[in-house]
Amino acid sequence: MEKLNLVSAVNLALREEMERDSSVVVMGEDVGKDGGVFRATEGLLEKFGEKRVIDTPLSETAIIGTAIGMAAYGLVPVVEIQFLGFIYSAMEQIISHAARLRTRTRGRYHCPMVIRTPYGGGIHAPEHHSESMEACFVHIPGIKVVVPSTPSDARNLLKAAIRDPDPVLFLEPARIYRAVREEIREENLSLFEARVARSGKDVTLISWGAMIHVTLKAAEALSREGVEAEVIDLRVLYPMDIDRVIRSVEKTGRAVVVHEAPLTGGLGGEIAALIQEKALLYLEAPVKRVAGFNTPIPLPKLEMTYLPGPDSVIEAVKEVLSF
Amino acid sequence: MPKKAAGQFSIEYIQVLDENGTADFSLYGKVTDKEVRYMYERMVLARTFDEKALNLQRQGRLGTYASIRGQEATQIGAGLALQASDWWFPAFRDVGISLMRGLPLKTLFLYWSGDERGNAVPLQQNDFPIAIPVGTHIPHAVGAAWAARIKGDPVAVLVTFGDGATSKGDFHEAVNIAGVFSLPVVFLCQNNQWAISVPRSRQTRSPTIAQKAIAYGISGIQVDGNDIFGVYGTVKEALDRARNGGGATLIEAVTYRMSDHTTADDASRYRDADEVKAWEKKDPLLRVKKYMEKNSLWSASYEEEIIASSRKKIAETVKEYEETPPPDPLEIFRNVFEKQTPDLLEQEKKFLEKQGEK
Repeated sequence: MEKLNLVSAVNLALREEMERDSSVVVMGEDVGKDGGVFRATEGLLEKFGEKRVIDTPLSETAIIGTAIGMAAYGLVPVVEIQFLGFIYSAMEQIISHAARLRTRTRGRYHCPMVIRTPYGGGIHAPEHHSESMEACFVHIPGIKVVVPSTPSDARNLLKAAIRDPDPVLFLEPARIYRAVREEIREENLSLFEARVARSGKDVTLISWGAMIHVTLKAAEALSREGVEAEVIDLRVLYPMDIDRVIRSVEKTGRAVVVHEAPLTGGLGGEIAALIQEKALLYLEAPVKRVAGFNTPIPLPKLEMTYLPGPDSVIEAVKEVLSF
Repeated sequence: MPKKAAGQFSIEYIQVLDENGTADFSLYGKVTDKEVRYMYERMVLARTFDEKALNLQRQGRLGTYASIRGQEATQIGAGLALQASDWWFPAFRDVGISLMRGLPLKTLFLYWSGDERGNAVPLQQNDFPIAIPVGTHIPHAVGAAWAARIKGDPVAVLVTFGDGATSKGDFHEAVNIAGVFSLPVVFLCQNNQWAISVPRSRQTRSPTIAQKAIAYGISGIQVDGNDIFGVYGTVKEALDRARNGGGATLIEAVTYRMSDHTTADDASRYRDADEVKAWEKKDPLLRVKKYMEKNSLWSASYEEEIIASSRKKIAETVKEYEETPPPDPLEIFRNVFEKQTPDLLEQEKKFLEKQGEK
């Protein structure tokens, strides 16, 4: 198989699922003729026609709102929101309807919808294009939140998301859309299992999305200093495979969570709470969080000031090691 | 250069049955005597349900309830126009249509008593549960219509909402998409003049709500919402057009909320009693009764009979509702996802352990 980058792997998954199941439709702004602003849906219109690959009006609320109706009717809409920062007008549709349709109808209806959206900073994009608000969605009961960090995971997790009978937010780290190419490992993944991106015995680093690559860089540097970090790529933020994290922490006794989202109210707090609830007596040091500042993500000229880099991770690891 | 007209538009108003009970059937054809009796009996049943619900709430036997009093013609007329295979997306003041769709009345009482099983629409009904956040269900209706179009199913979709909903973005985005893709959906706005305490004049400066259709390139029409013949004909025509590939329609049914917003509201705080009195003369039931009297379809004994049978039916339903066992608390953990997530399983387990300790 040819080597693919993350965005091509997304395209591959869409293609494969549309071939497998004629009820899968792709919809969003610029997903048809243009093939998506990042080219994630390139070639789909030509292959599957305009009934199944739909260029919609510029209308986020109605894109997600109509997808809910489609899903209830029996289709599997895969919606693209062009950037996570543009999803906010549709939050009511996501929270009040998509996420609770199964609950409120006692299973009479459900919402097998996937919302794909690029997210995160580091791509020198204009204002409102670099948001990392995953914690807002993890907080919503009734929706799953997935973040791949490798091309293989992007392909395999998107396929699993499309096959999942409940709504899934599929966050695509735009910063690493084209960062790595690899031969796609075909795996049937559950929307749950975390991945050990690097094994180590001294400290557990927990991250997801583009920050996995920052974290791995830090781990390599630490290794040169004799510190072996275990890096866990959560891949699925809800439901979270916390047991995998706990097993690692029981081994290392130390944990650092790395995310680019703002610190306060971020998932780092949730993960730290779970670790202390489940593994307090294994801990040699308090769990540390490396995160963005509690500021809106700055425009490109200052975004690297905001985004955690390997140095911040190394510093945090040294703190937990010397506690 | 002189200005030229870029377009000229008008909105038609439909009334088949006037306040005096005189009907002009030239537009949609005659409603048969049998149909008239059926319509009247359903309206009486809806009003009886409504009155019973208000009473139960006052007695503490039901939660907050949104009365449909005054809107029976629009709701029974629209419900009658729907085919069983069509889909319907309700707002929260729609008991009349629910009744026409065959939703068990017990389900309605359950919902208004705060029991989520009241949202479990039976499988044979292609209807969504009530939408509380105003106007947010309108995109769902458009999505269902879109899916029907994609699958090639000959169904139409009806979505009902009030005048307040037309101020929301969801309404505009949804109607716009229905226009762009020429989707088989009928938007039925029950303009009952009030959104809690805010009058229709505070929702829009447009002289009609129907004219909003023009901006989105779909059919728009205004109908006397207290005229069941007119509503039935107008909605049926729009649904037929939708099923036959003629695209979407926005219907504004001009009616009146004769009751408070809900049982938690007191409309006398913001609404003039004279206004309510004026609308009482336009009562949708009274109008049909006058028509029936003129056409020898009505008698005092007939009226007594249908009121008695409606009351009996509702009383049986109330009994059934009040005898329903309480919901299983475990249902809250078991309907979030098809397969319970590990955290939900853990929460359920802990909940059960606590229950065991009691």
